[in-house]
Amino acid sequence: MTSSPAAAAPTPKAKRPLIELRDIEKYYGDYYALRKITTDIREGEFFSLLGPSGCGKTTLLRCIAGFEELSGGNLLIDGKDMEGVSANHRPTNMVFQSYAIFPHLTVEENVGFGLRREKATKEDKARRVAEALEMVGLKGYGKRAAHALSGGQRQRVALARALILKPKVLLLDEPLSALDKKMREQMQSELRKLQRQVGITFILVTHDQEEALIMSDRIAVMFDGVIAQLDSPERLYRRPVSRKVAEFIGIMNFLPATVTGTEGGQIQLEVAGLGAIAIDAEQCPGAVKTGEASVGFRPETMTVLFEGDPEPTRGKIAGGEVEEVVYFGDMSYYDVKLDGVEKPVQISMRNVVGRPVLGRGARIRIAWEAGALVLFC
Amino acid sequence: MTKRKFLGSEAANGLLMLSPTAIYSIVVMAAPLIAVLLFSFMTPGYLKVIWTPTLDNYAKVLSDPIYQVLLGRSLVMAATVTAVTVLTAFPIAYFISFIVSPEKKSLWLFLITIPFWTSYLIRVFLWKVILGYNGVINEAFMGLGIIHQPMTFLLYNMNSVVLTLAHSYAPFAILPIFVALEKIDRSLLEAGQDLGESRIMTFIRVTLPLAMSGVVASVLIVFIPTVGDYVTPTLVGGSSGQMIANVIQLQYFKLGNYPVGSAVSIAAMGVVTVISVIFVFANRRFMRGPQ
Repeated sequence: MTSSPAAAAPTPKAKRPLIELRDIEKYYGDYYALRKITTDIREGEFFSLLGPSGCGKTTLLRCIAGFEELSGGNLLIDGKDMEGVSANHRPTNMVFQSYAIFPHLTVEENVGFGLRREKATKEDKARRVAEALEMVGLKGYGKRAAHALSGGQRQRVALARALILKPKVLLLDEPLSALDKKMREQMQSELRKLQRQVGITFILVTHDQEEALIMSDRIAVMFDGVIAQLDSPERLYRRPVSRKVAEFIGIMNFLPATVTGTEGGQIQLEVAGLGAIAIDAEQCPGAVKTGEASVGFRPETMTVLFEGDPEPTRGKIAGGEVEEVVYFGDMSYYDVKLDGVEKPVQISMRNVVGRPVLGRGARIRIAWEAGALVLFC
Repeated sequence: MTKRKFLGSEAANGLLMLSPTAIYSIVVMAAPLIAVLLFSFMTPGYLKVIWTPTLDNYAKVLSDPIYQVLLGRSLVMAATVTAVTVLTAFPIAYFISFIVSPEKKSLWLFLITIPFWTSYLIRVFLWKVILGYNGVINEAFMGLGIIHQPMTFLLYNMNSVVLTLAHSYAPFAILPIFVALEKIDRSLLEAGQDLGESRIMTFIRVTLPLAMSGVVASVLIVFIPTVGDYVTPTLVGGSSGQMIANVIQLQYFKLGNYPVGSAVSIAAMGVVTVISVIFVFANRRFMRGPQ
């Protein structure tokens, strides 16, 4: 695997912007697919565009590839403006959602398709094709007819076909959505490994938040043609900027709250079921304003206290009643009605030997910490 | 399933459903063909068939130059018609498949069938009106002062036969190519460009090979019937545009010589079959089925 010339290249760690998006707009008639998108994608990073269908993520990817013309704004790749540069002259290559494997060609003819224009000997090209096939784990598959491959194999051919041209950017349009769960999980880790190995910037389009979290260095969450938040997976999960982002990524519980005041980097709150508390200003990634608001927390940040558990040294305790239990093997999910709150919240607990799974109607005590809360104004 | 329970079995049901078509095919296709085959080995008498087997008819067909000339001319004519038809059909099919918006495609396909709304004979006569000595083209050109004598090379020769046949077979050639083009996944063309090829090279390396199954079908659909076409050369072919079917008609109905007419038919059929098989074999790599 390491014999590949692409793999031998050192991974560029420089964080210079490779793709610069400046006020990118795309509209079809009066339908806006992209609204003034401005951001940088860095060299060598695994960047994901995440969002529900119709949010514009695929349109943005196709704009970068050169399949869609911009309605406004500028797109720079490696410092060069891409206006008027057609797809075949851009330093990008794409792995299509359908893989777009040429059905009339063999595996090696597919992989070597883009080499026609390169000035190299036949032997040299054949060697590069063989190396690319080896890199994606398809050694010895070269002579096979492309239409006789399985879904996972097609995907690998598509990858080899794009990477053999050593693009500055590899674009992946929902490449794993057609695979079954097991294959998808395997390809996720393989793609991540491959990206580190070749050091090329990958831009992945996906609607699967888990996939984006697992694979990416940075994720841009898009809604309605706008980037709602661009952050690392961890920041995105822990500090979503809006309820919409929070709801799209994982599960988040919301409690009604009132902001009573701000003082010296602290925000005073009155939260239903939890009482009066103060949180760090950093826990409100959006704008702060006094008045009606909501507070969010992830199911795993609250802990059910079982009999005999030591009293928590930090944090506070709230009371509630179990309304529903879902047993998941390694985890149990409880729908809990906190005292004084109408809507139940979800709390997840890892199942441990000797700890019972609580039944419906059980009175419980819950330990929580102010640091786990996120404020949305 | 045991053999005793044949009635009511899946096989019996299948045969039952197949039988109307099978019987129809046997009565209207296989039986006449077998009759022609039998006639070709009988001895010709005057206006009747003498039931003595012989190979003389074939010896005559193979030795008499008139049959070779006419069969050769028919093949050249059919090949020309096929080339003209398929080469003009491809851009039309491409236009409908790639350029016309999806909701207007059926309208365009409908427009292509318009020539079929009138009988073939009327269309042939219309070509006579257009190409004739006092026809549309000659009158127009003379009226414009471009020519002073009517052009006579327009009608009653091979050109007019080719033109008439190419026009009438156009829809048959357009449809298979259109279907093949429609089946091409459009992301393949984007992939071609993404991998560095221009639109033209993508067409040559991706679109054309994938459309070849339709082209092969079009070629066969046009070539096979035009070799044996009888009406067109009779009406617009003149003496230099006569084809093999004309001599078959002559043998059967003017001379009443069924055995020789049959032998010419079988010989022509054999030649066409051989050419078609060679053509399909030569293009077999394009004929792979869908994935």
